[in-house]
Amino acid sequence: MSGFARHRRSKLVIANFTGFEADLLRSLASQLVELLRNEAAVPREGMDHVEAMMDFSGPTSEPDDPVLARLFPTAYPGDEEAAAEFRRFTEGSLRDGKAAAAITIIDRLEDAGLPPELTEDGLMIDVELDEATAETWMRSFTDLRLALATRLGVEEGDEAVWLALPDEDPRAQAHDIYEWVGYLQETLVEALSDRR
Amino acid sequence: MSAASPVEVEPTTVPEGSTLLATPWVTIVWNDPVNLMSYVTYVFQKYFGYDRKKSEKLMMEVHEDGRSVVSTGTREEMGRDVQAMHEYGLWATMDKAT
Repeated sequence: MSGFARHRRSKLVIANFTGFEADLLRSLASQLVELLRNEAAVPREGMDHVEAMMDFSGPTSEPDDPVLARLFPTAYPGDEEAAAEFRRFTEGSLRDGKAAAAITIIDRLEDAGLPPELTEDGLMIDVELDEATAETWMRSFTDLRLALATRLGVEEGDEAVWLALPDEDPRAQAHDIYEWVGYLQETLVEALSDRR
Repeated sequence: MSAASPVEVEPTTVPEGSTLLATPWVTIVWNDPVNLMSYVTYVFQKYFGYDRKKSEKLMMEVHEDGRSVVSTGTREEMGRDVQAMHEYGLWATMDKAT
């Protein structure tokens, strides 16, 4: 595991993943896409049938799921009406953008040779990303990390809590994955900042 | 925000006697335990076009003070900035400058 680096001659951002790592990234990205598309973006209650069908605008209240609430924060904390208005005009396109970014990760991994079902041992997946695609991955890694951290309840300066968990604890394993995506993102930021 | 806010409307962009910009708005980025310091700095450089030094200063304010005013402008401009910050996964809100 070496993370991302900028290829000196081609300027592409490159990384090599084991089949297991690539499959894990795909699985995280797929779960994010599912979450973004799952919870109804438009609340239905309080509307009669015709009105509901004619309403093509976006949602006006904070999503119930804590991950979605973190991905789409309230823009005006002290002004409910302005916050609803902002959400109505932005949340739909933010959802689409984040889903499209996660799908980019899945597509590029599969283009690089990740099979639909991982069966073969010793498979290596080499990805080569141009600058714009690398930035899309970097943004999506943020969404993946925010999702994992929200589910885990990660807090500032809580490293000791996670280290103290026994290895077999599923939370410890999920936290290891969270740290791994953080490491990948750190190397990706470095590679993108490297303009030699 | 106090008058010592690190980001101020550049004097040259505010016409003398303008009423349009009488009440500027601000974009505030809040600290969270997830986003990497390097990433936050990168976003400020890339999106706002700030140099590395200014971006790092704003990032450190977010990290240490819990929040930082990262841009100032009209309400419409701040709406765009907040939306962009949400695209990048930063926790941002907007408010009237005080």
